[in-house]
Amino acid sequence: MNEHTLNLWEFMVQQADKLAVQTLQHIGLTFIALILAVLIGLPLGIFITRKKQFSGAILGVASVLQTIPSIALLGFLIPVLGIGPKPAIFALFLYALLPIIRNTFTGITGVDPSVKEAAVATGMNKWQILFKVELPLAMPVIFAGIRTATVITVGVATLASYIAAGGLGEFIFGGISLNNTNMILAGAIPAALLAVIFNFLLSRLQKINVAKINSVTKVLPFLLLLLASLYFAPSAYGSKLKAGFTPEFMGRSDGNLGLIEKYGLKINTVVINDAVMYKAAYEKQLDVISGYSTDGRLAAFNLVILQDDRHIFPPYYAAPIIKQATLKKYPDLENTLNLLSGKINDSVMTRLNYLTDYLHQSPEQVAKDFLVANHLYKPSRRGHEGTIIIGSKIFGEQYILANMYALLIKGNTNYDVATKTGLGGTKICFEALNNNQIDFYPEYTGTGLLAILKPSVKTVVAVSVGKDITYNYVNTEFEKKYDIKWLKPIGFNNAYALMMRKNQANSLHIKTISELSTYLNQK
Amino acid sequence: MIKVEGLSKNYGLVKAVDHISFEVAEHQNLILLGTSGCGKTTTLKMINHLINPSEGRIWINGVDITKEQPETLRRKIGYVLQNYGLFPHYTVAQNIAIVPQLLKWDKLKTQKRTLELLEKLHLPTDILSTYPSELSGGQQQRIGLARALAANPPVLLMDEPFGALDNVTKANIHAEFLALDELKQKTIIMVTHDVQEAFELGDRICLMDKGKIVQDGSPTELLLKPTNDFVAGFLKEQQLLLEFKTTKVLDLWALLNVSHLSNIEPTVNADLDLWTLIELIKKQKIDTITIQNSANGEVKTLRFEAIMQAFYQYIKAK
Ligand SMILES: Nc1ncnc2c1ncn2[C@@H]1O[C@H](COP(=O)(O)OP(=O)(O)O)[C@@H](O)[C@H]1O
Ligand SMILES: [Mg+2]
Repeated sequence: MNEHTLNLWEFMVQQADKLAVQTLQHIGLTFIALILAVLIGLPLGIFITRKKQFSGAILGVASVLQTIPSIALLGFLIPVLGIGPKPAIFALFLYALLPIIRNTFTGITGVDPSVKEAAVATGMNKWQILFKVELPLAMPVIFAGIRTATVITVGVATLASYIAAGGLGEFIFGGISLNNTNMILAGAIPAALLAVIFNFLLSRLQKINVAKINSVTKVLPFLLLLLASLYFAPSAYGSKLKAGFTPEFMGRSDGNLGLIEKYGLKINTVVINDAVMYKAAYEKQLDVISGYSTDGRLAAFNLVILQDDRHIFPPYYAAPIIKQATLKKYPDLENTLNLLSGKINDSVMTRLNYLTDYLHQSPEQVAKDFLVANHLYKPSRRGHEGTIIIGSKIFGEQYILANMYALLIKGNTNYDVATKTGLGGTKICFEALNNNQIDFYPEYTGTGLLAILKPSVKTVVAVSVGKDITYNYVNTEFEKKYDIKWLKPIGFNNAYALMMRKNQANSLHIKTISELSTYLNQK
Repeated sequence: MIKVEGLSKNYGLVKAVDHISFEVAEHQNLILLGTSGCGKTTTLKMINHLINPSEGRIWINGVDITKEQPETLRRKIGYVLQNYGLFPHYTVAQNIAIVPQLLKWDKLKTQKRTLELLEKLHLPTDILSTYPSELSGGQQQRIGLARALAANPPVLLMDEPFGALDNVTKANIHAEFLALDELKQKTIIMVTHDVQEAFELGDRICLMDKGKIVQDGSPTELLLKPTNDFVAGFLKEQQLLLEFKTTKVLDLWALLNVSHLSNIEPTVNADLDLWTLIELIKKQKIDTITIQNSANGEVKTLRFEAIMQAFYQYIKAK
């Protein structure tokens, strides 16, 4: 990691290559979708001026398409079109369709009827009327539609990065998950600029006088094609396998940067959202993905974790963290919370996550079943000697743990329990703890190290080599800095991990990341 | 040349055109005259096959128009629309060249024809690269006419071609219209609601009312032998004016009593209609004029009062 913080400009200069690639992809995606929308929307708009009885239905469908939330639309498309540019372009195309159809329709119906009549009276046939009179006169309105479509598409195209189609969304969403403002801005500013620039240029085109519209109409298709072709400009280097990493993983030294540096991993990589990543691996659209080692989908999709034999992923052992003052105030608490210590290893946690994430059992149910099976469950004592507020982050595993702790406290102490689950990220949880809005939450040693303490690179490397070393380091530092104690680890290690399909890993004899790297470097 | 037989057009229960028949001879100028809504435009559009008749048939040059491709038919007919219908995105030159282009004339021929029309219609050549919105009403009207004439069609249909012009412009254009040789070679049907215009420009007038033709005849016939009260009533307001316009000095020749024996200048031809003669006398501030009858070689010198007396006698005798 960099010792001094970069300002935005330095960041953009440093990432100029990526920025250029993402910008080109972004423009390319936008205009491929736009060309398709014009190719389909324009004839459709013309069609409904001829057969008005269809206009209601077609405009209606196009409007409904536009109201589907973009993430949901991508979700629908993945099973059909997979991941990558295809579903992204298709989704953008659907969003761009409405303004183009609608404006073609209004543009043509708005042509002065006396001019249309003159065209018929002079002996033009219906195609001549369309191309020589109606379309040229409707062009300013149609351009306005294309302009609206462009602005919409430039905006929505940021979501292409969710499904490995690239674009400036890679920086934006990477920046959001890494809490890196520079990275967010490096994506958001160019995306906004693109929207402003295209909007401006097309508004000029729209205002052009009727006389010049002919020549503009001739040039425009080539311009659109040129812009669309930008998507193909950045050619990714090919490799035998294809990797999909989350935006966050891409930007972390204990992520892709480490893979390149420590393992010399050269793999064709796309950026993808973690919601669709596992499924994409299962469906063989991706071969290697970055995931969390206790994710339930590991079990669901039959994936294996590759051993991190050079230790680039620091240990992420989970343990409740709590203020010393709170422990003093509630003397029975520490022992109760430690009841869970050592009870849940990686495969158990994966299994529990699988039950909630994949089989959709409620976290309460999963927590209770587990405690009962392990003879830890006791009925609630309904005590009222103070209320313990339990916090949790916003993903499944944390909900399960929070529920287990709630049951343990109610069954083993006379304290009452309140929960504040679904606190966005590390920052939010930790702030809540510091400000006494919650009393404790389960945190991970690696996160404590890298996201909260943020020591020098040297220290990170030194304390990342073993799980106990990391645990001791964060515990000591937290006590010193924040008067917060790490209770005993629960047992599982929810670290970053590289995963592959079990079958493929077996048949390629890949068990470790080194072996993966060696395999990829063979010619 | 153009023959219409039993032509009707119904819009639901509205009989826009109700069983009309007429013929227009070659090089004749027929006026469809009538108040707004009487079915003039509908009739014209049926002749151009812009509207399908509910009933009846139309022949142009002996050919039933339904036997022909509508586009082919229309390219052989010049059509001047009520409000010109110029293409706002075309220059004047492009507007004029629309039909020649559809007929795939070569560029040179089109260009030659365009320049020829500009000259005939007294338009400057620098107008060619301008757009219709930059033109005055009178200029737009002429371009509309030029567009209709461009491919030299034998038939010209004109729907209230001067309707949107102010009176001064209108009078000038009427004069030009009458003077234009090219139009004398055309078979023309012109629609108007303006009685004066009809009498000034028409060889024949069909007066229409509620979709029907009330009277079909020459201007003089309509004026002097109205078939019913409707026709008489329709023309009444303009009666005197129209009579001046439709009566030639020649028609009164026998009734004219010579006022002076010596010839007093100016001398005019007896072909002149009375309206023009009166205008001339007014303009030159004279009270005596010499008229020459080229038919029999006689010459009469007359005071204004003598001419008027003869006129009233002539009217009474009818
Ligand atoms: N498309 C149409 N639908 C219904 N009625 C029409 C239509 N066109 C014309 N009409 C009616 O037919 C009658 C004749 O119209 P038109 O030929 O335009 O009259 P004019 O040109 O003499 O003013 C009017 O009553 C008008 O309202
Ligand atoms: Mg009319």
